[in-house]
Amino acid sequence: MIYLELFLTFLKIGTFTFGGGYAMVPLIQQEVLSHQWMTLEQLVNFIAVSESTPGPLAVNLSTYVGAETGGLFGALCATFGVVLPSFVIILLVAKFYAAFQQNTIVKGCMNGLRPTVVGMIGASLLSVAAAAFPVGGGVGQWVVAGVLLAAILAAHWKKVHPILLIVCAAAVGVAAGYAGLLPGV
Amino acid sequence: MDRNKMGLCVRLFGKFLKIGAFTFGGGYAMIPLIRREIAQKEGWIEEKDILDILAVSESTPGPIAVNTATFVGYRLAGPLGAAAATVGVVLPSFVIIFLLSFVLRQFEGFPAVRYAFWGIRVAVVALVLSALVSMARECPWNLLSYVLAAGAFVLVGFFGANSILVLLACALVGLAASKLRIGGMKL
Repeated sequence: MIYLELFLTFLKIGTFTFGGGYAMVPLIQQEVLSHQWMTLEQLVNFIAVSESTPGPLAVNLSTYVGAETGGLFGALCATFGVVLPSFVIILLVAKFYAAFQQNTIVKGCMNGLRPTVVGMIGASLLSVAAAAFPVGGGVGQWVVAGVLLAAILAAHWKKVHPILLIVCAAAVGVAAGYAGLLPGV
Repeated sequence: MDRNKMGLCVRLFGKFLKIGAFTFGGGYAMIPLIRREIAQKEGWIEEKDILDILAVSESTPGPIAVNTATFVGYRLAGPLGAAAATVGVVLPSFVIIFLLSFVLRQFEGFPAVRYAFWGIRVAVVALVLSALVSMARECPWNLLSYVLAAGAFVLVGFFGANSILVLLACALVGLAASKLRIGGMKL
């Protein structure tokens, strides 16, 4: 039953994402790839689409995975699943706010979770990079990708808006493709 | 349910619908908009509450945007207000992404689109790298956190370890370490 599977998977992802959007990427990647709902390439493409459309990254990603695998109802199940844990937990926290704030257990767990999330995003960076620099791409493609990446990082450093960066990167991709530099794409 | 509260729920829904429709790039990008719409224009919360909300969002699971909407909605109008605000903030992305998924499927075979997405994947490397850097900056660094970050990186990145198990284990280690410290021992 795909709908139940989508709901439960995203419920799990929603429960264990600490620190918002990108902290979710490693979790989504593992689940989506092991269920074979999408390829790594599709997922990485979609991260950029999420970044260029409004709304929380986590909601965008779950709606998309749900829609791709189970249509409208699949999208509803995945999105409801990802939102439900935070909704319930925040209701409880808001009710017992003072107790929550002074809770040493929560603080202790966060001590461990923060660096872990950093390490896990590092791990997704590896796979995201593998989707941009594919093994079969050849030296020419890697050089173009390297130059493009350096340019994007420099522009990002100068606070150029992410959406503008994505549009420019797409334009460079189209130009490189028609110039014959991307044989494997 | 009195009519005042019902009206407040409708307004919460509308406000968060607007916030959801105009926040690009997720959670933190939403904070300036919340400050303007919810604190300054409506006076529903005070500016200093925003820091509380951020602190709570960071130490509870889930998307920051959803956490914030639920928290503000609950404070103003109880559980129903929380539901109104949360549905409001999620609805725009849901509709946009659902429609977009059809468009993407139509065009993903075109060469120009494939080339464009290749360039976009390179840009995503930069975006994830920048998320990594800003989260690393927020994290308090000491011997324990270096070990946990490196351990999580190697286990998930190279051995395909289950991320949820890694998160649970590291939360327990963090908890154990903080209890030891409170007990007078330093790590």
